[in-house]
Amino acid sequence: MSPRAQVYILAALLTLMGAGLTIYKNVELGFPLLPGEYRTVWTIEAKVRFTADGGPAKAALTLPREQRNMEVLGETFSSSGYGFNIISEDDEYRAVWAKRQASGLQSLFYQLDVHQTPGAALEQPLDLSTEVVKPMLGAREQEAVRQAIYSLVETARERSSDTRTFTSELLTALADNRNQDRNLIFGYYKGRSFVDTALLVLAAADIPAHRIRGLYLEDDRRRLDPEDLLEIYDGKRWVVFEPLSGSPGVPKNFFIWQRGGKSLLDVEGGRNSGVTFSVISNDVPARDVAMLSTSQEKEALVDFSIYSLPIEQQSIFKLILLVPVGALVVVLLRVFVGLRTSGTFMPVLLAIAFIETQLFTGLAIFVLILILGLWIRFYLSRLNLLLVARIAAVVVTVVILMGAISVVSYKLGIEQALTVTFFPMIILAWTIERMSIVWEEDGPYEVVVQAGGSLLVAVIAWWVMTNRYIEHWTFNFPELLLVLLGFIMIVGNYTGFRLGELSRFRQLVR
Amino acid sequence: MQLPSFLRGSLVSPFTLRKLGVLGMNARNVHYIARYNDRDKYPIVDDKLNTKRQAKRYRIPVPELIAAFETQPSRKRVMEVIEPLEKFVIKPARGSGGKGILVIVGRDGDEYVKPSGNKVTALDIQRHVSNIHSGLYSLGGKPDRVMIEALVDFDPVFDKYSFEGVPDIRVIVFRGFPVMAMLRCSTHDSDGKANLHQGAVGVGVDLATGKSCHAVQRGIRIEKHPDTEMPFADLLVPDWGDLVRLAASCYEMTGLGYLGCDIVLDRKRGPLLLEANARPGLAIQIANGVGLRTRLEHIEEMDLEQLEKNVDERVAYSMDYFAAKPLA
Repeated sequence: MSPRAQVYILAALLTLMGAGLTIYKNVELGFPLLPGEYRTVWTIEAKVRFTADGGPAKAALTLPREQRNMEVLGETFSSSGYGFNIISEDDEYRAVWAKRQASGLQSLFYQLDVHQTPGAALEQPLDLSTEVVKPMLGAREQEAVRQAIYSLVETARERSSDTRTFTSELLTALADNRNQDRNLIFGYYKGRSFVDTALLVLAAADIPAHRIRGLYLEDDRRRLDPEDLLEIYDGKRWVVFEPLSGSPGVPKNFFIWQRGGKSLLDVEGGRNSGVTFSVISNDVPARDVAMLSTSQEKEALVDFSIYSLPIEQQSIFKLILLVPVGALVVVLLRVFVGLRTSGTFMPVLLAIAFIETQLFTGLAIFVLILILGLWIRFYLSRLNLLLVARIAAVVVTVVILMGAISVVSYKLGIEQALTVTFFPMIILAWTIERMSIVWEEDGPYEVVVQAGGSLLVAVIAWWVMTNRYIEHWTFNFPELLLVLLGFIMIVGNYTGFRLGELSRFRQLVR
Repeated sequence: MQLPSFLRGSLVSPFTLRKLGVLGMNARNVHYIARYNDRDKYPIVDDKLNTKRQAKRYRIPVPELIAAFETQPSRKRVMEVIEPLEKFVIKPARGSGGKGILVIVGRDGDEYVKPSGNKVTALDIQRHVSNIHSGLYSLGGKPDRVMIEALVDFDPVFDKYSFEGVPDIRVIVFRGFPVMAMLRCSTHDSDGKANLHQGAVGVGVDLATGKSCHAVQRGIRIEKHPDTEMPFADLLVPDWGDLVRLAASCYEMTGLGYLGCDIVLDRKRGPLLLEANARPGLAIQIANGVGLRTRLEHIEEMDLEQLEKNVDERVAYSMDYFAAKPLA
């Protein structure tokens, strides 16, 4: 196979691989393709309060179950002075706080961040008991109440075709305060909540049902009590109903905390216990959400990547990942334009320094150091030093210049110039050395051409590297480096004319 | 294809250049240097000491080597070598683009005279040697070796075509066939240097005759030397046949398929190989007013039998086939 064909095949493979990984990360892992995408993250805080009796105290809070359309990004517990652990009990997780001696008002917190994703809320089937505990209607209940319940059930059954429509019908009737039967029942069960009563009526109708506790996610809500939904078994599957409206399905933004099961909170050794919830929403960059959710699943692509490094190293990598982009700019400018620079990739290093210093400060500092450095170098050349010693002397001079620039500008109140330290000193020293040779051999005009060329390339590279899309892609999709590699290989095969040559050879055309 | 009008004049269409057979930098690098020049043969041409050694083996005449300093020499050693010399050249063995070459044409008391008339001291020379040694002029800044050569006793034929500097002849040799030649004349404008982009005159030399066929300074066609006013039409390179043969034989010496040979004319010894270059520039096209690519492609189309010809057959073929077309 000819080298050229190999280049194209390899480049195509690299490009496919890079693009494939990028698409996978975007589609499957939710990394946003464009910068500035935000996702809403809900922070839900459960506050457990009780008054301790002075002896040993123990509080157990049921923790939310996994919900398909809500992704838990992280959870935190605060338990000042309490021993804390999470136990698994009957397919449920409970947080248990315990303390040998507690007295007075106690507050315990559990906080979690969730992110809502599209999709159905619940996964069927669920292994819950479909056993119906028949309510004991008879001896204790009044005849009238019993009649009212059966009358409601009977009416609903007549107006419905199956269990679902029946439940809907029944709940609507129970919510209708003009209904005499309903008023009678609620009058009798004064202490009970709507859902409790509905459960009782459903049990009387022989339909397996339980309650779902949860919260509506709305921004900036405090001291919320958990809300209830009903879930009934229609013979094949579990169906969720919003009790007051009687409509089936889990309402949008409903966060399911507890599905079926027993109490939400158990407290031993305390009184007046209760749980209140507060909800706030934050807009978080989509990337962070993707990072958090994938870090929990230990997604290999993310786990064995730059993201697994400490934040400090990540920010260094953010810069390093821009270097290939700068290199690409240099390649393009040399292969297609034919710009002359001093040192092939020196402009990339300059561009990186410019990123840290801001463009104009960077340009000013670079030109200043170059001029001062050249001036000092000319003096040094008269002292007959050995080359290595002379370059080392230039390095020291450059460092002193940088220090001087920093101090003077700080005193003058120009804080920007403090970023001077980001300039690669050794590179600067070599640039000065090379430039002074160019000056001696080819004259100052050539120095201006080469320095100007380098600066032009550096500025273009800086402009590309600071583009927010480029920054976003290089850091979040390092796989794109493979695409870049493929592209550079193809460019390396270009044998056409450079822009500069169209002018250089113009005299050949007569 | 037509370029936008505001670009016409300063730029030409790449399609026109392609049609004229002009070779671009990218095509040179990919099609010719990468394909025909083996990496392992580069040291023969990149290090001038190696070139000299190899040239001796192939009986190719070169300027006489007086001394070479492999390691950093002491000041005393440098002085020992240059003390008895009147004229000499100090060069880095791996210098690129003619950098770091110091030419001394005479003595004035304790001082040494450069071709421009400027004087340097022994201390300056020692510093220059030390600079070369530290790799200031070599590619990549690697430590280099220093060579001291006898100054070529230039044939006076070019005196009137050169200002201050050294006239040399560049021949491009492709797979052993000389394909194009030019004479580089320094001018006042180029400060005695023979680099075309610095203002030296590039004179295209007809491969068949050694006569000038075209001359260009800074991209503009000229008829006579800007400083000496000598018309190039009268220029004829003596010993042309020997010179072309010398260039062609560099193919066997270096093993490089795409090669640029820099040759000077010595008054007594005739053509001498100054250096060979594995990455010869493209300015020769401008000097000749002709594209290289057509000629290179002609040789690429040859069959094996033609490529196995000996030096004399190749020279004869080139001189005949690549003869300049008479100017209208």
